[in-house]
Amino acid sequence: MDIIEEGKGKLVGWCDPDEHREWVRKNKSRALVDKRMSVKDAVSKFIKDGDFIASGGFGHVRVSMAIVYEIIRQKKRNLIMAGKTAVHDIDLLVASGCVNEVEVAYSFGHELRGLSPASRRKVQSGECKVVAEITNAAYQWRFLAGMMGIPFIPARNMMGTDTFKKSSAKMVKCPFSGKNIVLIPSANPDVVFIHVHRADKYGNSQIEGIIVEDFELARSAKRLIITCEEIVDEEVIREKPYHTTIPFYFVDAVVEVKYGSHPGNMPYRYYFDEEHIKMWLDMSKTDDGVEKYLDKYVYGVSDFSEYLKLIGGEEKMKKLSDIEKLNFREE
Amino acid sequence: MAKYTPTELLAYIAASTLEDGKSVFVGTGLPMIAAMLAQRTFAPNLLIIFEAGGIGPKPPVLPISVGDSRTFYRAVCASSMHDVMSQAQSGYIDYGFLGAAMIDKYGNINTTVIGDWEKPKVRLPGSGGANDIGSFCFRTVIIMKQEKDKFVDRLNFITTPGYIDGPNGRKKAGLSEGGPYRVITQLGVYDFDEETKRLRLLSIHPGVSIEDIKNNSSMEIIIPSKVEVSKEPDEKSLNVLREIDPNGFVIGKK
Repeated sequence: MDIIEEGKGKLVGWCDPDEHREWVRKNKSRALVDKRMSVKDAVSKFIKDGDFIASGGFGHVRVSMAIVYEIIRQKKRNLIMAGKTAVHDIDLLVASGCVNEVEVAYSFGHELRGLSPASRRKVQSGECKVVAEITNAAYQWRFLAGMMGIPFIPARNMMGTDTFKKSSAKMVKCPFSGKNIVLIPSANPDVVFIHVHRADKYGNSQIEGIIVEDFELARSAKRLIITCEEIVDEEVIREKPYHTTIPFYFVDAVVEVKYGSHPGNMPYRYYFDEEHIKMWLDMSKTDDGVEKYLDKYVYGVSDFSEYLKLIGGEEKMKKLSDIEKLNFREE
Repeated sequence: MAKYTPTELLAYIAASTLEDGKSVFVGTGLPMIAAMLAQRTFAPNLLIIFEAGGIGPKPPVLPISVGDSRTFYRAVCASSMHDVMSQAQSGYIDYGFLGAAMIDKYGNINTTVIGDWEKPKVRLPGSGGANDIGSFCFRTVIIMKQEKDKFVDRLNFITTPGYIDGPNGRKKAGLSEGGPYRVITQLGVYDFDEETKRLRLLSIHPGVSIEDIKNNSSMEIIIPSKVEVSKEPDEKSLNVLREIDPNGFVIGKK
């Protein structure tokens, strides 16, 4: 197949399929072992400076904020992040100086709430670099190819646009149809962190509601940290195995973090904390405000439970839970 | 005639581009409101699909995110992005809504960057699912603000494909059949000339003149000799709109 055109974006997170197989063989245990640990240990053990990281969920929905805060607290540096509809997570990680390269499908915005002042400032000043453009569909297909153990996957988007020109994809003539087709490179992130509703101590994880791209993301990752609303007995998982999205052997760490998606939404549990998000968006208009926010909510606390007290504790979470549950009231 | 806000007019017009019994890919903001309005008025069998995986929901109120729990409220399926994007690629999605920071005469749009890509003047969020929607849906409806520097002859960055460089542009690029169907702005509604695939004025909103249309564009718009006035929202639609967005998140506080 001759290459018709190549995107000029930097190829990040790609791994030769044979190298990945070898890595999996050596590092991913198939043994049923207890993987419970603290957020602190999970981050220090599995996330290294310079890693290519990706976060589960979508935007502010079902995001592992406890891990995001801990990455900032441990001052990880030179991380490359998958901007796959990355919203609050990437805004904080770029603002705090942890992430300085991003492959962007959707980043630096908060959907309806407006653009992200802090991370945009970092991009516009050159402190954080957009290394490649991509689309939401193409990003999850990178992970799909990564989990399939193949080097690329063909798709029919991006053609004719600058999104393609700045991507790491290549365009060829399809040997079957004779038409142009885009080859999207696979991705095997160094570390992925996903927040789920329940997991057992081995890592078997169940998600309620849409799974976004967490099925593919979990299976393509080299290291996978699971945070969950609750750790349940293995029997709970085995009773309804059809609810399991991620089986244990993909998982390297399991951490129970109740309300761990705050200020994001956790479907069927609690809704967005709009007050808190607005406060961040207001404060992050200046570098000074970013410092103040991080000092208070990240550096100033030792873990997620202390953070929860600061944002209003159980009382606040009860309110957010009421908002969420009202949405599911029968009409 | 009922009193309405400019955003309510946009939502009403956007809703009226849809059809009952068809499917629509929906993003945040106005598109969500338009699809919900259509579903609650003339298109009860409109199939709403969200890119994060919500299929066929009946959202009780306006979702804030394309992935929040309201996007699969009483849905027929809570699925995944791989599933719905594949559905779009294989032809199951008729309509797709898009927002845009800038548009050119062939309906290509930019939501990535203003200024140089390497050294951006303003960095915007990027494609998100927009390029996918523009590549895969049979008909895209673009809702945006019309100003001189947003309606341009050529874009510095094409995020999402329209007709690329004119007739046959999509086919040459390798894209499937589809492309922009309507562009809706605060001034008027546009479609695309069948021959040239260039932006053409279809209707102007009440109180807007052809001069206003021209003064707020730096591209040459095809203006037919006879241009209709956009249809205004009826009382029922306005009530539904206020029900969908009671806090005025998108419609605007009164």
